[in-house]
Amino acid sequence: MFYREVGQYKTSYAADQALLPILQDRIGIAVILLIAFVAVPLTASNFALDSVLIPILVLSLAATGLNLLTGYTGLLSLGTGGFMGVGAFACYKLTTFFPNVNIIFLILCSGFFAAAIGTVFGLPSLRIKGFYLAVATLAAQFFLSWCFIRIPWLYNYNISASIEVPTKTMFGLAVTGPTASSVTRYLIVLSIVAALVLMAANLMRGRIGRTWMAVRDMDLAAELIGIRLYQTKLLAFAVSSFYCGVAGAMMVFLWLGNAESESFNINQSFLILFMVIIGGLGSLLGSFLGAALIWGLPIVLRHAPDYLGLHIRSATVDQSTFVILGVLIIFFLIVEPHGLARLWQIGKQKLRVWPFPY
Amino acid sequence: MTETEARAQRIGAPVLAVEEVSLTFGGVRALTEVSFDVREHEVRAIIGPNGAGKSSMLNVLNGFYQPQHGIIRFRGREFRGMKPHVAATMGIGRTFQNIALFRGMTVLDNIMVGRNLKMRGNLLQEAFWLPAARREEIEHRRAVEEIIDFLEIQHIRRTPVGQLPYGLQKRVELARALAMEPSVLLLDEPMAGMNLEEKQDMCRFVLDVNDHYGTTIVLIEHDMGVVMDISDRVVVLDYGSKIADGTPDQVRSDQAVIDAYLGVAH
Repeated sequence: MFYREVGQYKTSYAADQALLPILQDRIGIAVILLIAFVAVPLTASNFALDSVLIPILVLSLAATGLNLLTGYTGLLSLGTGGFMGVGAFACYKLTTFFPNVNIIFLILCSGFFAAAIGTVFGLPSLRIKGFYLAVATLAAQFFLSWCFIRIPWLYNYNISASIEVPTKTMFGLAVTGPTASSVTRYLIVLSIVAALVLMAANLMRGRIGRTWMAVRDMDLAAELIGIRLYQTKLLAFAVSSFYCGVAGAMMVFLWLGNAESESFNINQSFLILFMVIIGGLGSLLGSFLGAALIWGLPIVLRHAPDYLGLHIRSATVDQSTFVILGVLIIFFLIVEPHGLARLWQIGKQKLRVWPFPY
Repeated sequence: MTETEARAQRIGAPVLAVEEVSLTFGGVRALTEVSFDVREHEVRAIIGPNGAGKSSMLNVLNGFYQPQHGIIRFRGREFRGMKPHVAATMGIGRTFQNIALFRGMTVLDNIMVGRNLKMRGNLLQEAFWLPAARREEIEHRRAVEEIIDFLEIQHIRRTPVGQLPYGLQKRVELARALAMEPSVLLLDEPMAGMNLEEKQDMCRFVLDVNDHYGTTIVLIEHDMGVVMDISDRVVVLDYGSKIADGTPDQVRSDQAVIDAYLGVAH
């Protein structure tokens, strides 16, 4: 009822091409950002920040990265975990080599290492498509996983074969390491994610986004229009891996505080892929919804019995979480195969025409 | 001056020519030593029975197939075989027999993709939505809106192409090809599967494009009425060889063409 663009006339192409052309959307995003930047840091508990919000934001960024590649460019990838790992290990090595450089700068720089590796493993994408490309990226995943274990230089010859995040400060405030407060880390993660997603949204409404979607929808026609397939696909791999790399670096430095090679194995790749599929392929909002559902739902399920006053053994709760989550995923995919983002779209359309059915 | 004379004056020197082009797929000879030319501003039709090699010919012209023999001349340059993006850069546009639109994108985005070769924005400009990217986007939007007006598809601007009826999809595909500002436009059966009204509309658009933008048009069509009405010259293919070439009237009375279409007694 309140969601209507009636009467919002656009008098210039600039207004028509704005990121959020509808007033209600602009207000909605402003409110969400206000809550995320002001209300949450003031009120949320450390548990909520550390185990819910920071993970969801980090995973959303990785899902956004994969969505750029799989949802927008139509290239299926199972190497996400590996590319995140490249970002994480690159960031770790960078902090070793340049201990005095700003950590946020290093996190963003590590994305470029992931982008370079991603581009190399994107090379087969011109020749092979679909599931076969997925298998090629699976090879990348296994190769990178192997590197993370077998090359001790990557984790500075640490005996436990894991990364331990050094304490870094900004303006006298601990940002990473065990002494950094949850609120600080949350705000940094939120800022990076917000900035990078804004950039992704800009890319998707401009020329580059259109060429990616053209390649996804009909690559032959795209070629005949003068789009160079090879460059377009490699650019998609590079940008996607950049996002995954930054997400991986944030995962280690701002969320977990330490990490082993296990954190970046094939399971991680599948987890991110499920988020993208359930959230909605080809939708930035979908990346967030998917991450929130897959990460948030098990937490809700685990704590639901306590809130309801039921006393169930924790092992039973853990097991049933898997079952319920699996059933819910199947349910969502049957109800709306195009993901949660499409449900949101349908809901908006219904609001627009309310009280009429169409 | 009559209309025909006026047209005859517009038509200039040959811009596109194929010489002795042969194309084989394994043992199948799709095209055998076909030669013809296309003059500036004319509407050139390629006709022939099913399997005559018409679509193969268009695919050779814009570099989708590489012929084994023969030369393609375009604006004074010789090509052994075209490459798709070279053809696109040199101003050869194309539509397809089976619509090849980007189904998940809106009509506007589809046509904007057609402007891709004319856009220069790089990754950084677009990611940060710098003034340069913004200006470019608006400038090309203006050009695209002109085409949208020209083809009368304003009302479906924001509709995803996959949801449109067939006739409109054909029109959107023409719009996307026009967005490239091609000097030569290859149309593969632009009126296939349309009813009479849609065909009339499409004919009008093709002639308007030819008139207004001065685009040279090469089209494949099965509807003889359409071909005879709108084309300046017709080339007839049968079993991959050229059997006739000339004005619609010449072709219509050609014995070889009549035989190819009606069959001959053996």
